Amino acid sequence: MNAKSDVIIIGGGLMGLSTALHLGRRGIKAVVLEKASPGRHASGVNAGGLRQLNRHIAEIPLTVAAAEIWKNIRELVDDDCDVVLNGQVRVAESDAQLQKLQARVDAVKAQGYQHEQIIDSETLYRLVPRLVGGCVGALYNPDDGSARPFHAATAFRHKAIALGAEIRSGVEVLAIEESNDGWKLDTNQGVFSAANVVNCAGAWANCFAAMLGESVPLTPKAPTLMVTERLPPFLDLTVGAEGYQLSFKQMQNGTVIIGGAHLAKLDFEREQSVIDFATLKTSAQTVTRFFPHMAQVRIVRSWAGIEGFMPDNIPVIGKSAKAAGIFHAFGFSAHGFQLSPIVGRILSELILDGKTDLPIEPFDIRRFNESES
Amino acid sequence: MPVFRRLEEADIRWVEIQIDGQTTQAREGDSVAAALLAAGLRSCRTSPISGAPRAPFCMMGVCYECLVEVDGIPNRQSCQITVQEGMQIRRQIGTAKGYR
Amino acid sequence: MERHELIVIGGGPSGLAAATTAANAGIECLLIDEQANPGGQIYRAVGTIPEQRASLLGPDYNYGRKLVDQFNQSSASYLPGTTLWNLNSQREIGILRDGQASLISADRIIIATGAMERPVPFPGWTLPGVMSAGAGQILLKSSGLVPAQGVVLAGVGPLLLLLAWQYLHAGVKIHAILDMSPSGNIWRALPHLPGALLAHHYILKGLRYQMQLKMAGVKFFSGVTEFHAVGGDLLEAVEFTHRGGRKRIDTHLLLSHFGVIPDSHLSRCAGCDHTWDANQLCWRPVADKWGNSSVDGIAIVGDGSGIGGAVAARHAGRIAGFEAARALGRMDEKQRDDAAREDQGWMRDDLRVRPFLEARFHPPAELLSAPPDETVVCRCEEINAGAIRTAIHAGHKDANQVKFLTRCGMGPCQGRQCDNAVSQIVARELGDKKMISGGYRIRPPIRPLTIEQLAALDEGADPK
Ligand SMILES: Cc1cc2nc3c(=O)[nH]c(=O)nc-3n(C[C@H](O)[C@H](O)[C@H](O)COP(=O)(O)OP(=O)(O)OC[C@H]3O[C@@H](n4cnc5c(N)ncnc54)[C@H](O)[C@@H]3O)c2cc1C
Ligand SMILES: Cc1cc2nc3c(=O)[nH]c(=O)nc-3n(C[C@H](O)[C@H](O)[C@H](O)COP(=O)(O)OP(=O)(O)OC[C@H]3O[C@@H](n4cnc5c(N)ncnc54)[C@H](O)[C@@H]3O)c2cc1C
Ligand code: FES
Repeated sequence: MNAKSDVIIIGGGLMGLSTALHLGRRGIKAVVLEKASPGRHASGVNAGGLRQLNRHIAEIPLTVAAAEIWKNIRELVDDDCDVVLNGQVRVAESDAQLQKLQARVDAVKAQGYQHEQIIDSETLYRLVPRLVGGCVGALYNPDDGSARPFHAATAFRHKAIALGAEIRSGVEVLAIEESNDGWKLDTNQGVFSAANVVNCAGAWANCFAAMLGESVPLTPKAPTLMVTERLPPFLDLTVGAEGYQLSFKQMQNGTVIIGGAHLAKLDFEREQSVIDFATLKTSAQTVTRFFPHMAQVRIVRSWAGIEGFMPDNIPVIGKSAKAAGIFHAFGFSAHGFQLSPIVGRILSELILDGKTDLPIEPFDIRRFNESES
Repeated sequence: MPVFRRLEEADIRWVEIQIDGQTTQAREGDSVAAALLAAGLRSCRTSPISGAPRAPFCMMGVCYECLVEVDGIPNRQSCQITVQEGMQIRRQIGTAKGYR
Repeated sequence: MERHELIVIGGGPSGLAAATTAANAGIECLLIDEQANPGGQIYRAVGTIPEQRASLLGPDYNYGRKLVDQFNQSSASYLPGTTLWNLNSQREIGILRDGQASLISADRIIIATGAMERPVPFPGWTLPGVMSAGAGQILLKSSGLVPAQGVVLAGVGPLLLLLAWQYLHAGVKIHAILDMSPSGNIWRALPHLPGALLAHHYILKGLRYQMQLKMAGVKFFSGVTEFHAVGGDLLEAVEFTHRGGRKRIDTHLLLSHFGVIPDSHLSRCAGCDHTWDANQLCWRPVADKWGNSSVDGIAIVGDGSGIGGAVAARHAGRIAGFEAARALGRMDEKQRDDAAREDQGWMRDDLRVRPFLEARFHPPAELLSAPPDETVVCRCEEINAGAIRTAIHAGHKDANQVKFLTRCGMGPCQGRQCDNAVSQIVARELGDKKMISGGYRIRPPIRPLTIEQLAALDEGADPK
C-alpha cells in the first residue's frame, strides 16, 4: 500500500476526528490512521465533562469558543451527542476557600470573560439539594454540562466520513520521515504519504514529536472513573469541590459517574492499567463527605483511560517548530474532551490558512525548550 | 398459587421475616430469594427501564435479577443473602422509571 | 497488606482439593469462598443438608462430604461467606466479608471459581416464571423447594436430565422435557464414542435417567426449534416448533439450560489471556497442564478453566496443589511430577468422555448467535438483538464498542449474562469465524461494592 494524500492525521481520538471533520467542511479529504479503533482510548472512555469552570487562564478563549459549539453540536455533527447543559459548581467549605474562588472570578473577568460567578450557599443548596450541610458557596457556571463521550466520538466519526474523510482502523504509524514532496509514514499496513501530517496521537504523541527532534515532557497517566448503579434522579449539575479531587455527576440514565483524576497504575507498553483501590478509597471518602446519602450505593464498575499529561497541565497545539507541514495537538491533561470541537477547527485553519484567530501562543511546543525561548 | 412448594422434611427450623410488611415464615438457611419464592411471590422487582416485572433467574449470584430491599438497603442480591429472624424484605416495585 | 503464601479462590471440588494438597505439602494457605459452606456448585450445602434430601440427590453428591472432611482436617484456613470483588495481575485481591472490604495479597493464587450456566437469550426469557435449571437445582439443594404445579424443562445438556430425575423422585409433575440439541449432534458425537466408553459410567447414567423418566410417562420432545416463553407479565406457556408443527404447553414454570461455561470474569479481570473454545462455545483462560495462566503466579483449575466436570476438577485441583508446592519451594520438579502422576492419569481417563458430551450436547449455533431482533440480550439494560446488530452495522466491530454505544453489558450483572451472546452475534455479523473481535474487557469491582465499603477499605497498610 502506498497512498498519497493532502493531510494525514495520526490518531482517531476526538482531536483527530474533529480535525478531519473541520477539514472536510472546507473540502479537504483527510486520512485518519488509528492503531486501534476510533475512540478506543481517552476520547471514548472519559467522563464526558463539558467544563469551562476553573480552567487555566490560557485555555479560556478556547474553552468558551468550544462551549458555543457544544451548545449547538447538532449543527456540526448531525447528532446531539447526549449533551446536557445544567451547570457545574465548585463547592467551598470555608470562607477562605470562597475568597480564593472569588479571586479566580476576578482574574477571569480581567480577561474580559463573564462565564464564571460566585453563588451563595442558599443558591447552592437550591441547585444541589442533596449536598451535605455547611458549605458556604461555590464557583458556578450555568452553561457547563456533559455529553456521552463514545456517542460524541461516533458522531464526529460519522460526520467526518460523510464529509469525505477516510478513517483507517488498525493502522499503526511506526515512523515518520521527510520525503521529496512532503512526509512518508511507515505503518504496519504499508507506507502512506502526505503533504501535511497532524499528530493527534494522544498519550503516544511524544514519540512522533521526538522523531522530529522536538521531544516534550509528556507523561502518560491513567485517570480512573467509577460508575454506580442507577439511582432515582437527584442531581442535575456536575459537582466539584475546592481542595478535593472530585468530579461528581448523575447521568440521564440514573448512574453516577465519579472522577477526580485519581490515577491507576499504568503499564504503558502493554496498554494495561491496574485500578488502585487504595487511591479510590480517598475518592469514596470524598463522595460520602459531600453526599452522605451515597453511602449504600453500589459501585458497578471502574475503569481507567490513557491520557497524555504536560507538566503545566495545558496542551501542545500548533505548528511544529522544526518541520514544515507538521502540526501537533496533544497533552490535554485530562480535560481535552470539551476542547475537541475547537481544536479541530484551529488545526484545520493552521493547515489551510496558516493561522488562526484564537490565541494559541501559550500552547507552543517550544515552551519546554529553555535554550530556545 | 405458588410455583414452588417445600419438600416435607423432619426438623425444619423456621425464622420469622417480613415481606412487604407482612409477617411470614422462612426456613432457617434459606436465601432471601428462596424465601420469596416459597412465600408464593412470582416477581421481586420491576425493571427500572421498562417497568416489566422480574424474578430471580440464576440463584447463583450472576444475573442480578433478584434485587430487593433488605433491612432498608435497596438493590441487594437476594439469592446470596441468608434470611435472619426479623428481616424486613421489600420488593422493588415501580421504583425509578423513565431513564433515557 | 496482609500477605499469604497461597490463596485459593472457590470452595468447590477443585478448590478444596488444591487447598488440601498444598496445605498438606506444608504451604500456608487460605481458601476463600462466597458460599456459607464448602462444596461449591455440585456439592452445595453438602455438610448441612438433611439426610432425607441428600438421598434424593444421589451418591455422587454424597462423595462431596469426603472432600470437605479432608479439607477440614488440613491446616488450610478458610474464609466462607467472603466475596471476591477484585484480582489484579499483581496478585492483589479485594474481598468483602460481613460488609468489611479489605485488600490482601499472595505469592501464589489458584482460581477455582467454577462454572456458570450458559446464558442464552430466547424470546420471553426475562418473564418471571422462567429460571435456569441450575437455579431449580440450587432451590432443591439449599432450600428443599420443588415445583408445585409442574414444570417444563428445556434446552441442552445433561443437567436437564439429572434435574428431571431428581424431581421425579421428589414427586414433581414434569409437563415435558424439550431437547433443543440439533439432530445432527448424535452423528457428530458417534466418532467420539470409543474414547468415551472408557468413561462409560457417565453415558450409562444418562441413559438410565432417560429410561426411568420415560417409564414414568414424562413427555420428551427432541429437535425442538423456535422456542419462545410467552406470557403477559408472568410466564403462561412455552411455544415451539416440533416436527414441523407449532406446539404450546401451558406452564407457570420453565427451567431452561444450555450447558455450563467457565465463569471467566475473575480471570479476565486479572488480565489472564483467554481464547475462544469452539467446542464448548465459550471464552476460556489459557493454561498449561499445571493450571498456570499467562499471568505470573496465577493458576486456574476446575470448571473455571474449561468444563471438565467435578471429578476432573478435583484432580486438576490436586495437580495445581503440587505445582504450588513446587513454585513455593516445597518440592522440586521431580517430586512434583511423581506426586501428580496418578491424578494426571485419572484426569486424562475422566476427560475422555468430554469430546463425546461436547458433541452430543453442542447447542444449536443459531440459538446463540442469531436470536430474533426483538429478543432482549442484555437483561439489565434491556438491549435487544436488533439494537446490537444496528450498532455493528454502523461500524462498531467488537463487543466493547457495541457495549460503549448501546450500554449492553453495563448493568449490575456487569455483562455476565450477555457477554457470550454479544461476542457471538458480533462474530456472526462480521463473518469472524475465529472470534478475533473478542469479548468484553472486564473491570473491577467484579461484584458490586458500596461507596461506604470502599471508603472504609482496609488496605492493611504495611507498618514500615
Ligand atoms: C478517565 C478520563 C476522564 C476524562 N474526563 C474528561 C472530562 O470529563 N472532560 C474533558 O474535557 N476531558 C476529559 N478527559 C480528557 C479527554 O478524554 C482527552 O483529553 C481527549 O479525549 C484527548 O483526545 P485525543 O484525541 O487527543 O486522544 P485519544 O482519544 O487518546 O486519541 C489518540 C489516538 O491515537 C491513537 N494512536 C496513538 N499512537 C498511534 C500510532 N502510532 N498510530 C496510529 N494511531 C495511534 C490511539 O490509539 C488513540 O486512539 C478525560 C480523560 C480520561 C482518561
Ligand atoms: C448451577 C450448576 C449446577 C450444577 N449441578 C451439577 C450436578 O448436579 N452434577 C454435576 O455432576 N455437575 C453439576 N454442575 C457442574 C459442576 O458444578 C462442576 O463440574 C464442578 O462443581 C466444578 O467444580 P469447581 O471446583 O471447578 O467449581 P465449583 O464447584 O463451581 O466451585 C466454585 C466456587 O467458587 C465460588 N466463587 C465463585 N466466584 C467467587 C467469587 N467472586 N468470590 C468468592 N467465591 C467465588 C463459588 O461460590 C463456588 O463455591 C453444575 C454446575 C452449575 C453451574
Ligand atoms: S438470582 Fe441471579 S443473582 Fe440472584
